[in-house]
Amino acid sequence: MSPPKKLLRPDLAVIARHVAPGTRALDIGCGDGELMAALQARGCDARGMEIDPELVERCVSRGLSVVQGDADRDLADYPDKAFDYAILSQTLQTAARPDRMLDELLRVGRQAFVSFPNFAHWRMRAALALRGRMPVTRHLPVSWYETQNIHHVTVADFRELVRAMGVTVEREWFFSRESAIGGAAANLRAEYAVFELSR
Amino acid sequence: MTRAQPSKSLELRAPLPLDCGQTLEGVTIAYETYGELAADRGNAILVCHALTGDQYLASTHPVTGKPGWWDRMVGPGKPIDTRRFHVLCANVIGSCMGSTGPASSAPDGRAYAMRFPVITIRDMVRGLVALLDVLGIERLHAVVGGSMGGMQALSLAANFPDRAARVLAIATTARHSAQNIAFHEVGRQAIMADPNWSGGDYYGSGAAPDAGLSVARMAAHITYLSEAGLTEKFGRRLQDREAKTFGFDADFQVESYLRYQGSGFTQRFDANSYLYITRAMDYFDIAEGHGGKLADAFAGSNARFCLVSFDSDWLYPTAESRHVVHALNAAGAGVSFVELSAPYGHDSFLLDVPALDRVVKGFLE
Repeated sequence: MSPPKKLLRPDLAVIARHVAPGTRALDIGCGDGELMAALQARGCDARGMEIDPELVERCVSRGLSVVQGDADRDLADYPDKAFDYAILSQTLQTAARPDRMLDELLRVGRQAFVSFPNFAHWRMRAALALRGRMPVTRHLPVSWYETQNIHHVTVADFRELVRAMGVTVEREWFFSRESAIGGAAANLRAEYAVFELSR
Repeated sequence: MTRAQPSKSLELRAPLPLDCGQTLEGVTIAYETYGELAADRGNAILVCHALTGDQYLASTHPVTGKPGWWDRMVGPGKPIDTRRFHVLCANVIGSCMGSTGPASSAPDGRAYAMRFPVITIRDMVRGLVALLDVLGIERLHAVVGGSMGGMQALSLAANFPDRAARVLAIATTARHSAQNIAFHEVGRQAIMADPNWSGGDYYGSGAAPDAGLSVARMAAHITYLSEAGLTEKFGRRLQDREAKTFGFDADFQVESYLRYQGSGFTQRFDANSYLYITRAMDYFDIAEGHGGKLADAFAGSNARFCLVSFDSDWLYPTAESRHVVHALNAAGAGVSFVELSAPYGHDSFLLDVPALDRVVKGFLE
């Protein structure tokens, strides 16, 4: 059912490890179903939403339950607390309204995992400060005019948003060069972050 | 109309109860099978046919001599692999390819004609489930269908939730829209306006309402195609002539094509069956018996669902599939959905769409 085992992206690996076995999870922007397959291997009932029909087709042909849809619009189709976890990996910054997206995540899921690239990483700052150019990096590899990332966000911005929304951060993880790093000065040092949220 | 000899058929012992309140006695179901049934009877896939389809899913049609209607999808090594699965396809009741319909003999020995009870999609499914009972197939590996076949698949899932582990519904809907009903009504009125229809009592008269049935088919056929597809295939090109004739012959290729489709159809289909089956589709609304809540119709289901729509299908557009997906999500059912891009309109499910092959194959794994 799954392709030959390859290493999960570190943010997905963290999420997969911390989703309790046997629970129901919705992976929003599930891509080719990598995380869903890992969750199913843990005995979870994993469902997915993906906007790209070719990726949906790949998921369905792997035996995964994935609905083609636009998270900005189609999350509304799910009843309240339909899932134990709603997962949004590397997608928040593409949402039309990230705040509303977070609301929706915590409506359909009892808890949420959110990962995103940190726009305040020192490389980003350097690109802007020294070169005066929008950064193009390993984690944000697309030029400003063609990127889907319409709402760049920093770790500090995200913390501020969830606080204002009354959302609780249960746990948080930070990564640089595909390795976990501590939380100290995360807004400067982390290339991307994973937050576990509840309300 | 030519009566075909189906390779297999059986008569149901028990009368079939119908939604209209009547029962149908001595029902015959004609069906075809492909591939071996496993010893545990767990590898059966029921494929449901569309409005004018039949049981000749992957075998030569006895009237037209053409390959089965889903020959490209069903067979050894094909997406519905008959080396692995035992695939069944039965002619629905009300139709005219061997299963009991308006052209069949009533208990008094005369054709039912319009004395045939008005049936529903659920009645068709009751007939199919009765067939499964006789064949000893308790739980299907999957029920699969496109268009009206998809309606049957959804109806089976809603009304007989234990009978199928997987439900694959393609280019379909959970209810007929006003537009769907309107097109069908045009077809029915064309048939009934044909003097040969004679209130439905044309069997044995030597003159069937072929002109009316042909017009019905022509109108319906347009709804199965896309505007872009028609333009690409025919444009404004003329049929075997250099200039317009300033008459009402088929000047345009698209006219000639539709006339050919219409008259060809009358060779293999019974006009009264067309009336009854379109009526069944128009009455179709799964949510109706559940206070309008489609999710409640699927509350008892533990099947996995897959819905597929096509971006050029304006007969059962993507929104209809999404409506079903929404309900299945609300019911907590495992559901996949994809809108595939294909240029052929509603008929895409029957045609060469490689992405559909991959989805079908993958979902049935």
